[in-house]
Amino acid sequence: MSEELLAVADRVVAMARPGEQVEAVVVRGTDTEIKVYGGEVESLSSAQAQGVGIRVVIDGRQGFAYAGSLDASVIAETLADARDNAGFATFDEFAGLAEPDGVTPPQIDLYRSALETFSPEAKVALAMEMERAVLAADRRIAGIESAEYMDSISESAVVTTTGIRSAGRESNCYVATYAMASDGDDTQTGFGFSVGREPSQLDPERAAAEAAERATRMLGAVQPSSGRLTVVLDPWVTAQFLGLIGYTLNGDAVLKGRSLFADRMGELVASPLLTLVDDPTDTRAFTATDADGEGLAARRNVLIENGVLTRFVHNAQSARRAGTTSTGNAVRGFKSTPDVGCLAVSLLPGTSDPAALLAGISDGVLVQEVSGLHSGVNPVSGDFSTGAEGIRIRNGELAEPVREFTIASTLQKMLRDVRAVGSDLQFLPMSAAGVTLVVDDLTISGS
Amino acid sequence: MIDASVLERVLGSALRTGGEFAEVFAEDRRSSSALLDDGRVEELTSGRDRGAGIRVVVGDTTGFAHTADLSEAGLIAAAEAAAAAARGGGGGVRTIALARQQRSRGYEIEIAPVEVPKARKVELLTRADEIARSTDAAISQVSVNYGDSLRRILVANSDGLLAEDETVRTFFAVSCVATGDTGMQTGRESIGHTIGFELFDRYDIDELARRAAGRAITKLAARPAPSGQMPVVIGSGGGGVLFHEACGHGLEADLVSKGASVFGGRVGQQVASRGVTVVDDGTMSREWGNIAIDDEGNPAQRNVLIEDGILTDYMWDQLRARKEGRASSGNGRRQSYQHLPMVRMTNTYLLAGTEEPEAIIASTEKGVYVKHLGGGQVNTATGDFVFGMTEAYLIENGEVTEPLREGNLIGNGPEVLQRIDALGNDFAMGPPGTCGKDGQGVPVGDGVPTLRVSSLTIGGTAA
Repeated sequence: MSEELLAVADRVVAMARPGEQVEAVVVRGTDTEIKVYGGEVESLSSAQAQGVGIRVVIDGRQGFAYAGSLDASVIAETLADARDNAGFATFDEFAGLAEPDGVTPPQIDLYRSALETFSPEAKVALAMEMERAVLAADRRIAGIESAEYMDSISESAVVTTTGIRSAGRESNCYVATYAMASDGDDTQTGFGFSVGREPSQLDPERAAAEAAERATRMLGAVQPSSGRLTVVLDPWVTAQFLGLIGYTLNGDAVLKGRSLFADRMGELVASPLLTLVDDPTDTRAFTATDADGEGLAARRNVLIENGVLTRFVHNAQSARRAGTTSTGNAVRGFKSTPDVGCLAVSLLPGTSDPAALLAGISDGVLVQEVSGLHSGVNPVSGDFSTGAEGIRIRNGELAEPVREFTIASTLQKMLRDVRAVGSDLQFLPMSAAGVTLVVDDLTISGS
Repeated sequence: MIDASVLERVLGSALRTGGEFAEVFAEDRRSSSALLDDGRVEELTSGRDRGAGIRVVVGDTTGFAHTADLSEAGLIAAAEAAAAAARGGGGGVRTIALARQQRSRGYEIEIAPVEVPKARKVELLTRADEIARSTDAAISQVSVNYGDSLRRILVANSDGLLAEDETVRTFFAVSCVATGDTGMQTGRESIGHTIGFELFDRYDIDELARRAAGRAITKLAARPAPSGQMPVVIGSGGGGVLFHEACGHGLEADLVSKGASVFGGRVGQQVASRGVTVVDDGTMSREWGNIAIDDEGNPAQRNVLIEDGILTDYMWDQLRARKEGRASSGNGRRQSYQHLPMVRMTNTYLLAGTEEPEAIIASTEKGVYVKHLGGGQVNTATGDFVFGMTEAYLIENGEVTEPLREGNLIGNGPEVLQRIDALGNDFAMGPPGTCGKDGQGVPVGDGVPTLRVSSLTIGGTAA
């Protein structure tokens, strides 16, 4: 199937004029989204979408255009738009497409044909099973806010006049649910999910049990008093923070004076317990891929090693400006030019399981959910403050649930304050993996 | 976009397996954007998205499919896929007769952005960059975004509705980084309206650039925000997101009907302080959340949600309204033809009170003055919500004093609404926003007068 997309991209590139660099990104995706509620299918969407993004570089000036169609006349119009747009950019000696760098893409299997033959009825049954399991998990479960099954098969091809010709295909699916627990006037919610490349890898029972457990254990939650405490971040929460840390190690942000780690290469910037890697070649990662958004081989990059800053990530253009080579970190959809970013970031797990970590904490709080990361975290200054809910830890044991408080510090300080990394590495439906993380001295703001 | 006779046949196909309701939503969206960063115009982008989403409702089940192929064959294939997804029981033929409805938005677009030379758009970027950089030597980085879009939609459904609309939006934003002894700080300002290129005749981008730069500079001298609870004064215009999160989402009928809102079953009850009137208004001319019709073809309305503290109604889309045997409130919206509509806000605002804003601050002994809010997030089932402060100051002895570093504030919607103890006479709409729900983003506006909440939890690090 990818041959078909390559052929479309080849045709675009063949239209390049002398002196022009042209890149075509062609994508096609088939998605199914099923929501169930109250034992009924609430909605079932199934659709195929495609699109093309065309980048043209003429004499150091870049232009871009995209269209949600692979129709030949639309493609011709899109190429003309991109060409015209190039004339208005500022000359940039580093502008230009990626060039083959000799790195062989990893041979990884991200596509399972089983997803294509799995019937809509069987997908519905998975979501229904999960809803039933949530409702049966505990008498205090009042209902669900949502229970859904999602899958996608996505294919993409990148071809350039500079010699890139890459194509890939991958399948993904997950089930996710929000459970609601009630006791009198008190209502609490909890999230659970399970991810895989094909439906047989999904575990709706586990997703349901997790959601029910996370909702019921929050019943009776009160606002904690303010103070400085040791905080245990649940893997789901850690993953969300790793996404933000990843931004600060983005080579484009470094070059443009937006990274707080710009001048810290080779220095100790985090607890020696921390080793942060971006590894899209690990097939367990939801966002694993064999090639980046410019068609260069995806690769494993160690960003922080035992607390020492070792690498910024780059795409072709940011690498040229920085006088280095691309790390295979071009990030994009067909509607934009390649940005720079981490593809599948993760911490190397430690040796202690979460229970052992909790046992060592006399006074702290386990945070199971954070909110407002987009509004309360400034990755440029490093200041952060997010809404949180979780469970107090007293004398090594989980105590009362707490809500309506914030946790705050700076990203710089939080990295240094990490006291332990759990052994419970978990792959989530996002570009970061999670692991339990113990951080000292976060400010809790409550009553 | 599509002939009425074709739509009638497509809707007929959609209902062939026994569906009760079918709808075709077609969309043709053209957009252009330009980005300046690090002193260079990095790129101009042109985009086109065109297609149709078809849904079929059988009982409580909705089947949905979309296609980029707007030919009759393409639409019928999507209709059949949607019908199969909804899996109706009986067969049968229903004839649909569409009646075209005209809706005007009450004002004209003066300058279509597509007619404006690209060079003129690029000039605006360079101008804003120069102004921001010349504001202060501490401004170390600037990025400027320009964007416009033309979105044509057509909605036809098996009730015989046929409605079309064309929406033009224009957007401009300046983001600055300031560097000083204390590290880096950021400041951002944006304007966006449901109008054409006349945006730049109505608003001064020099002023916008200076405000963005000023915000970053101010924060270089900021001290850590306090932690704990204290009175919070929210500034006029910049603080509308408070109501969007504190009660807006909780008043969406889809969440209410699932028992996932703390405001469920409370119509007619006092849910906010006296004097608090909250409105969602899609008809508000030229505002970012303005629509002539919603994405289900229903006319936009001005809906009073809370009147003088009493909860009067929720917001409704077609599906939820149909179930309750009432009319939609014109709040059925979707990100694109690839998405199902759901209940969404448009322009959500709090009506002005009578107090002088200066008097509200002067009567606050100790607290925080939040001049400008960032985004927010809410859990509608618990009512707990957060919102970010991107420009805030301490209030000491009734006076605005030192600037504070960024952070979130956290509160509980029903509690915070009851704690509003002062309302200013200086209502203003705020900057354009994108509201996210269930993975879909739609443009929304919000507005507030200066107001005070007697107690909110400030998420800072200082004691």
